[in-house]
Amino acid sequence: MSQGKTVLTDAHFVWAKEHDLGTDQVYDARSFWKDAVARFCKNKGAVFGLVMIVMIIALAILGPSISGYDYRTQEMTQRNLPPHIAGWDNAPIFNGKYEGYNVYEEKGIQDVTHIFGTDTLGRDMFARTWTGARISLYVALLAILIDTIVGMSLGLISGYFGGKIDFLIQRISEILSTIPTTVIVTLLIVVMKPGLTSITIALMITEWIGMCRVSRAQMLRLKEQEFVLASKTLGESTFSIIFKEILPNVFGQIIVMCMMTIPNAIFTEAFLAFIGLGIPAPLASLGSLISDGYKSLTMYPFLVLFPVVVLAMLMLSFNLMADGLRDAFDPKMKEM
Amino acid sequence: MLKYTAKRILLAVVTTFLILTLLFIMLQAMPGSPFNDEKITQVQRAALEAKYGLDKPLYIQYFNYVKSMLRGDFGVSYVIQKNMPISELLKVRVPVSLQIGGQAVILGTIIGIFLGIVAAIKRNSFADSFATFVSVIGVSFPSYVFALAMSYFIGFKMEWLPLLYTTSHPFLSTIMPTISMCMFSMATVARFARTEMVEVLGSDYMTLADAKGIPTRRLIGVHALRNTLIPIITVLAPLTMELMTGSLVVEQIFAIPGLGSLLVTAIQFNDYNVVLAVIFFYSIAFILMMLVVDILYGVIDPRIRLAKEERKV
Repeated sequence: MSQGKTVLTDAHFVWAKEHDLGTDQVYDARSFWKDAVARFCKNKGAVFGLVMIVMIIALAILGPSISGYDYRTQEMTQRNLPPHIAGWDNAPIFNGKYEGYNVYEEKGIQDVTHIFGTDTLGRDMFARTWTGARISLYVALLAILIDTIVGMSLGLISGYFGGKIDFLIQRISEILSTIPTTVIVTLLIVVMKPGLTSITIALMITEWIGMCRVSRAQMLRLKEQEFVLASKTLGESTFSIIFKEILPNVFGQIIVMCMMTIPNAIFTEAFLAFIGLGIPAPLASLGSLISDGYKSLTMYPFLVLFPVVVLAMLMLSFNLMADGLRDAFDPKMKEM
Repeated sequence: MLKYTAKRILLAVVTTFLILTLLFIMLQAMPGSPFNDEKITQVQRAALEAKYGLDKPLYIQYFNYVKSMLRGDFGVSYVIQKNMPISELLKVRVPVSLQIGGQAVILGTIIGIFLGIVAAIKRNSFADSFATFVSVIGVSFPSYVFALAMSYFIGFKMEWLPLLYTTSHPFLSTIMPTISMCMFSMATVARFARTEMVEVLGSDYMTLADAKGIPTRRLIGVHALRNTLIPIITVLAPLTMELMTGSLVVEQIFAIPGLGSLLVTAIQFNDYNVVLAVIFFYSIAFILMMLVVDILYGVIDPRIRLAKEERKV
């Protein structure tokens, strides 16, 4: 045994090369929110949607003052004018040409700018379109408020307490969802006078149901967990358990659901305006502009073009953003 | 199964009565009276009210109302076509709307299933991105965006198809309305079909079938397709509702003499009887559709029936 004994020295060993070493790399822990933001920013469609929404909001706020006209001043000498920007008479678009000849030149008003043209009463369409977009944005804001105040609260309460309250809220939402939304909304507005108030009430009755279901389901999932029990044992009030302990855990789903109802609400308002149950004249909404414009589609297509494009972009952007948020908050969903 | 079906039917009946009650309350709350011509004297007004049964106590009016509505007697139109029974008005208009709506659902579902399945099989390819793009556009743009674009370019500029509905070309006139109304159904079905198909393709029984050496075409066409199609039935009920909403606007744009344009005209002329009749018709159609979907789904997929019964208990 003794002669076989070898003494191990440094020479017996080879230093490991760095790239052969498998070291554990420790990444910085990223919070859920940072992670979600990073995922959201990677989604091109969602970022496009966000940028578009910001642009539309900016134009809706500034638009009427940019053009220098307001939405209701009628100029009978300037009716049905095509889109025109002063000085662009030879440009391919916004040149004020209608069926080949320049209407502005003929009337001797080359220095007048109507970016989106004028309607049959000589009102500036640029101002009207962006004033109309304000209504759609108001409806979007309203949808968020209804979702969070009515839908979310009812859902959380219904899920947390269960029993009679749950039964009552669930039956109401079940019955409301068996009646077509179109029917409820149309009936309500026929009975009340068309206007912003009745649209608000109609949306309030119909838009909370989806959110109520989502938040109730989330509440049922969470309320048996240990941290809730711990808070209960420590004597926290019920209100604070629901809104301070449980709510932050379901915020992701709630934001996603909110974003999903926005296009729905905008669509409902535009639809009501189209069938003549919207904002009364001279106020305009995108739906009522489209409704006024489509009758002269073959004569003055520009009257309907701009409101339709704005409405379509608004709906598309909110949908893209909702999809992006869903993927950002719930990456597993994307695999599906 | 019997219990499940009975429960669904009961729910449908309850909802029908609820809607009738709602309509009756609305009828009472409507502003104005059908006889607001200033030339009518008190005596004439009383005679008219007696003729239409408006002088009786409220509960008798309600009872009469429910009875006649269920019999399909919706009263007469006061404004649009004076004293014309509404059921006559509906009789002419329902088939047109039904035809266009039916075409839109069928076309939308078929294209949607096709798009969704192609997207799921070739995931993350060009076909997938294309299908996703089309479905986002279809869900986002209201049907009248497509309707207006088509009527301007195809109907007016190209003159390929009639711009407005004509009875001389009943089928050609329905092509553009059908396409514009089917976009939403197509997009919804495509999204749904893709999700379902991806799930089915990842399931164990598909791996087993693949391992047994079943050729790909048979694997997808027989094993995956059937299980994908079942859940699609559930979106059909919400789609019907969406189509009704769409029809109100699209029928208006193409001047189609259907139910939707009747409702819009009735709203504009304050012809409340017609408004309520059309709304009742829409509600019944929706309730029936929901009932059929629920029962059909229970028949096809026993898991749903059991799960629903369990949840209820």
